[in-house]
Amino acid sequence: MTINPQSLNSGVFPNWCPGCGDFAIFASIKQMLVKLETPIENNFFVYGIGCHGHMVNFMKTYGFEGLHGRPIPVAEGAKLVNKSLNVIVVSGDGDTYGEGMSHLMHIMRRNFDITVFVHDNMVYGLTLGQGSPTAQCGFKSRSTPEGLIDHPVNPIALAIAGGATFVARGFAGDPVHLQNLMLEAVKHKGFSIVDIFQPCVTFNHINTYQWFREKVYKLEESGHNPSDKMEALRKAFQQDKLPIGIFYREETEKTYEEQTATQVPLLSEQLKTDIKDILESMR
Amino acid sequence: MAQKTQWKIGGEAGFGILSSGQVFAKACTRGGLNVFGYVEYPSLIRGGHNTCQTTISEGKVRSQIRQVDVLVALNKETITLHLDELSLGAAIIYDPDKTAATNEELKRDVRLFPVPFSKIAMEAAGQELMSNNVSIGATIAVYDYDIDLLLSVIKEQYLKKGEDIISKNLNSARAGYEYVKKNFPEPFKYRLAKAKKQASRMLFSGNEALGTGAIAAGCKFYSGYPMTPTSSLLHFMAGNEKKYGLIVKQAEDEIAVVNMAIGASHAGARAMCATSGGGFCLMTEGYGLAGMTETPLVIVLGMRGGPSTGLPTWTEQADLKFALNASHGEFPRVVFAPGDMEELFYWAAKAHNIADKYQTPVILMTDKHLAESHASVEKLDQEKITVERSQIVPDNTQNYLRYKLTDIGVSPRALPGQPGNIFVANSDEHDERGISTEEKAMRMQMFDKRMRKLAHITKDIEPPALYGPKRAEITIIGWGSTKGAILDAIGGLSEQGIKANFLHIISASPLHSEAIAKALKGRKPKLMVELNSTAQMAGVIREHTGIDIPNRLLKYDGRPIYPEEVIQKVRQVLNR
Repeated sequence: MTINPQSLNSGVFPNWCPGCGDFAIFASIKQMLVKLETPIENNFFVYGIGCHGHMVNFMKTYGFEGLHGRPIPVAEGAKLVNKSLNVIVVSGDGDTYGEGMSHLMHIMRRNFDITVFVHDNMVYGLTLGQGSPTAQCGFKSRSTPEGLIDHPVNPIALAIAGGATFVARGFAGDPVHLQNLMLEAVKHKGFSIVDIFQPCVTFNHINTYQWFREKVYKLEESGHNPSDKMEALRKAFQQDKLPIGIFYREETEKTYEEQTATQVPLLSEQLKTDIKDILESMR
Repeated sequence: MAQKTQWKIGGEAGFGILSSGQVFAKACTRGGLNVFGYVEYPSLIRGGHNTCQTTISEGKVRSQIRQVDVLVALNKETITLHLDELSLGAAIIYDPDKTAATNEELKRDVRLFPVPFSKIAMEAAGQELMSNNVSIGATIAVYDYDIDLLLSVIKEQYLKKGEDIISKNLNSARAGYEYVKKNFPEPFKYRLAKAKKQASRMLFSGNEALGTGAIAAGCKFYSGYPMTPTSSLLHFMAGNEKKYGLIVKQAEDEIAVVNMAIGASHAGARAMCATSGGGFCLMTEGYGLAGMTETPLVIVLGMRGGPSTGLPTWTEQADLKFALNASHGEFPRVVFAPGDMEELFYWAAKAHNIADKYQTPVILMTDKHLAESHASVEKLDQEKITVERSQIVPDNTQNYLRYKLTDIGVSPRALPGQPGNIFVANSDEHDERGISTEEKAMRMQMFDKRMRKLAHITKDIEPPALYGPKRAEITIIGWGSTKGAILDAIGGLSEQGIKANFLHIISASPLHSEAIAKALKGRKPKLMVELNSTAQMAGVIREHTGIDIPNRLLKYDGRPIYPEEVIQKVRQVLNR
């Protein structure tokens, strides 16, 4: 079946707020899938919980919306038993850097061939705008009326230090750039993460489209060498300007799942297993 | 030979207590004898006091007993701690170079077998570490049993370790045997002899039996995080990973464990994960996710003493109500608690079948006592294991609905990767396509569809078994791992002229309330036996049948129930 962006719509119209960065991310994912040219049924999306997670209803691919913070282990389990699936995690900053931070740290050291797209809007939108783990210090919301005391998580620096073999940042305000990043990430052999600046037009009046536009610049236009890990880390800590693009990319010999047992027989195949050798060993 | 005898070995952790116990138990099993082996150890790697006790009989034996006939003391503490368990004329095998013992000092009628374990080990194998082998060899001699059986077991045990290790182990065991034969020629009052009727038995721990049943039924994915008493299940599955093409994954925490198993199952593999109470606390949200997304999954919950870290290496049955009510909201709760090695084997397979056929999670409960004890098993018949599952639709199914509303509540499955069956699974309430909905009519229909499964599962599993005479003076009720001790107790009671029978509940949910009510009707005394302080199963029975069971034998000191305790309580209830 040929894929075009329309064929990837489930027929349920997105119910995000008008102007939400999620629209551009959704459109970019669809464009990426068109360019990827993988049979549509080979893509398996695992979603977290939050505004982004509603995408499970809008996108016509195999999908699984799990628990808040837990899409990564669901994706790992599926990839382990069916290595031919192209497994993509679509999650939010609360999922990935809050509730499920430990899963992120562990998948990075495992180098699964799985891609994680993080909708990073620095707020908990669905629960009416509290600061998320990437919210800037001083951010005021109903749960932090005096301003946030916590300092934000630096997902890019964490990912580089944590062993991710592809680390990038995109911006929902530049969907063409974002699509290409997504395509590079999915094609990368090994674990890839794309943190995506996604302005929340309803609850985040600080980190707006305008705010991001004034700050972002493209790494590839600045002569950055993504194979230089230390330089990538330096860029990750840059604050006056915010780099987007590929921070770090490393070629790897083997992914995690390539080092586990052969393909597991799935449910449609013969399951009953002869255990006489175990019985003999117990005599 | 004696009708039933019990051997016990004690010493510090690191002395090889468990492996000695298993080697001895296997040597007995190979001689056609029945054994039940029970291990006690503290939550330590070195030091502390460890014991392994092996109850041996030519007839059936299902539990450990109080009385010890042969005590192997690898340290002084073992004698002090277990002196009052010794039967009249019992043997104490000990190292006189490490432990001084005299009949006068012990003030007991015991027979002392001073055997210099260390010295013999050094002479025979050049390693003090082999002392435990010396003591097992000495045990065989004291019992006048067949040394060749022991040597054959030891040889196989160390087959992969090379000739040098094998011969050191064999030599030390043989030297211990010969030392006793030479220095203590007078026969001991208890003897072990190969059974006249040779049966080909196996020795299984609970976790091994459970894992074997799961593998036989096609379990291909196992995830876990180390936690007593299910760590040895993780080891067993990992040990069989290559041979049986399994995926065994030790994850970062139990939340990842359960979610990985859900992902694996959703992608099409039969999946199982295991933990104990603390880990299961972390799994509960994932458990509900499996219920909501209708993902088949077997979760093994090996209970230990709680609450919190509690008694990490001891047994308890205090998580029943937790398991029955775990996770928020309502979905079909399926909770099985098998009672012995055979049941663990068959019910592990059954749990996978029920999970698969009804697309719902199943909790398989064990406890430290069942999971880590070992017992001789007559036969595990893999021919009896069938694979039952729900329909998987063919590729390109027209108008496919993953969550189609059906009479039995089960809808045809598709797997990610299949052409033309695209669907989504959703932790939000959803419609037949899996799309989120908050619409009230669909909510009710989809909710009821899931709940309908339970009635069908009830019909698919056997009601609780009633053991012993149909007409009895008292009915004992228990669930899970107390089965062995209670069965041994009704045998003992029968010898004392008391007729007792035993209702053993495996399926805590769905509960066969009619069958239970029928078994418990009438005014005959009833006794509930449970390893918790609030008689949780008695509460469940009352909730479902209205029947109250006021007589209770409850134990929550971390130790398993002993048949002697059941007998004593029955006599007290019956005033006999």
